[in-house]
Amino acid sequence: MTYDSSSQPGHPISTAPVIEAGAGVTARHVGRRFTTAKGHVDACTDVNLTVKPGSFCVIVGPSGCGKSTFLRMVAGLDHPTSGSIEVTRTDGREPTNAMVFHGRTLFPWLTLRQNVAYGLKLSRISRIERHERADDLLAMVGLTEFRHAWPHQVSEGMRQRTSIARALAVDPDLLLMDEPFGALDEQTRFLLQEELLRIWEKTGKTVIFVTHSIDEALILADQIVVMSSHPGTIREVIDVPFPRPRFLTEVRSDPAFAELFTTTWSMLREEVESGGAFIPGTT
Amino acid sequence: MRHRRRTIELILTIAGPVTLLLIWEALSRTKTINPLFWPPPSSLWDTTKTLFVDKDLLGDITISLYRILAGFVIGTIPGISLGLAMGLFWPVRVFLMPLASAIYAVPKIAILPLVIIAFGIGELSKIMIVAISIFFLVALNTMSGVLAIDNQYRDVARNLGASRWELFWTVALPGSLPAIFTGMRLSLGFALIVIVGTEFLAADKGIGFMIWQSYQTLRIQQMFVGLVITGIMGWALSLLLDLVEHFVVPWRAAERRM
Repeated sequence: MTYDSSSQPGHPISTAPVIEAGAGVTARHVGRRFTTAKGHVDACTDVNLTVKPGSFCVIVGPSGCGKSTFLRMVAGLDHPTSGSIEVTRTDGREPTNAMVFHGRTLFPWLTLRQNVAYGLKLSRISRIERHERADDLLAMVGLTEFRHAWPHQVSEGMRQRTSIARALAVDPDLLLMDEPFGALDEQTRFLLQEELLRIWEKTGKTVIFVTHSIDEALILADQIVVMSSHPGTIREVIDVPFPRPRFLTEVRSDPAFAELFTTTWSMLREEVESGGAFIPGTT
Repeated sequence: MRHRRRTIELILTIAGPVTLLLIWEALSRTKTINPLFWPPPSSLWDTTKTLFVDKDLLGDITISLYRILAGFVIGTIPGISLGLAMGLFWPVRVFLMPLASAIYAVPKIAILPLVIIAFGIGELSKIMIVAISIFFLVALNTMSGVLAIDNQYRDVARNLGASRWELFWTVALPGSLPAIFTGMRLSLGFALIVIVGTEFLAADKGIGFMIWQSYQTLRIQQMFVGLVITGIMGWALSLLLDLVEHFVVPWRAAERRM
């Protein structure tokens, strides 16, 4: 699956390493320009990034650096105005992706179970089978007894768990997460980070995760992509060496954690201080 | 504490109308106000019984309810359809918006002569005036319901592979249902106003006709019974709508209970 700015339809490339399953992402000189009445704004320019199949990539950057825009383009919800993004599967088949959005994204008119089963319903999977799969996923995120509840009846943390379950239900090769834990209190965020680590270790999906939090990035990522603002582009890619499976407490008490935190923060700090202005709708 | 609050609420809810009725009763019986024009409420009970038994009060109620409900269905269904189209497709919206806003603002009883010219003096014109009165109200509410749906829901659906048709059925329609019901709730009030007005002017049966005739023959007690029954009809219809909403928009009903 190729999202190309040129009119030529691209062809899936299957030259990615065959060692791991899942989908890989290659972004080449990706730019996205929004044209408004007052001129244009570049949400991101010249983004070059390779995400290996099965790896966990976290993008951090100041507000308005175009990280969400980039993620939307990977998801195919938006298209680059220059450059290209290729999502490829190691076996050459069409890769699938699912996105976990931030904020309120569960359909208020569906119960938690119906929300999780939504993607399966679109894929014409039988009612019995999709309920079965939805229930399995709800059990995995600990929400079995709330499966018939409406989204507004459960806590923000439960809603976010359900969103993750909904994305996983379609068994995507690529999981895209846009600040999924941003609206949660710290304790709930810790719990969900660990949960996400367990799920990722089990399923081996490729993940691209966008966050504001350096802390979160260090706990989850194989590689941290630091983005700069104005225009949004990649400033640095940092490898995170902590062994897997990871546990919150172990990662945090690792001496390398403090060191990496300092490195990442000093980079980000420059970006934030240099005036990462907030551009509405493009974060 | 909560229980006590509930009890007080209940008492106050009942106490409001009861106090009014008691004051009225007292003033009327002591002839402080003229009992000829302000008959004591207690005397209305016998009048009501007589009206049901000797006159065809039930027939008046039935025909008015029939006109309201038939007009409601005929106005609501195309109203929802047009509203969805206006919400989903901007050219439709831009094309119809000035027209809808202008017609919406016209007092509906003013178009009664026109409706009679178009549909005759029979039942059809009475049903159609209700339908026309609520049509734009439902359409405009439906439209704003579609427009108020968060874009994020559309993105979620598209990301999981929804086609345009599936977007309509699984996002636009359920997402606008609460607003559709708001439109229908407002419409009920409109329908009642319009039907009573229409029956004042151009009917030989119905609750509005009964009120107007009672006034003209100076049967003030009958007139008051008609007013009370109109109030009860409005209340019963809104309960009926609540019931429908409970089944069609269950998530909103759950929200209300909290």
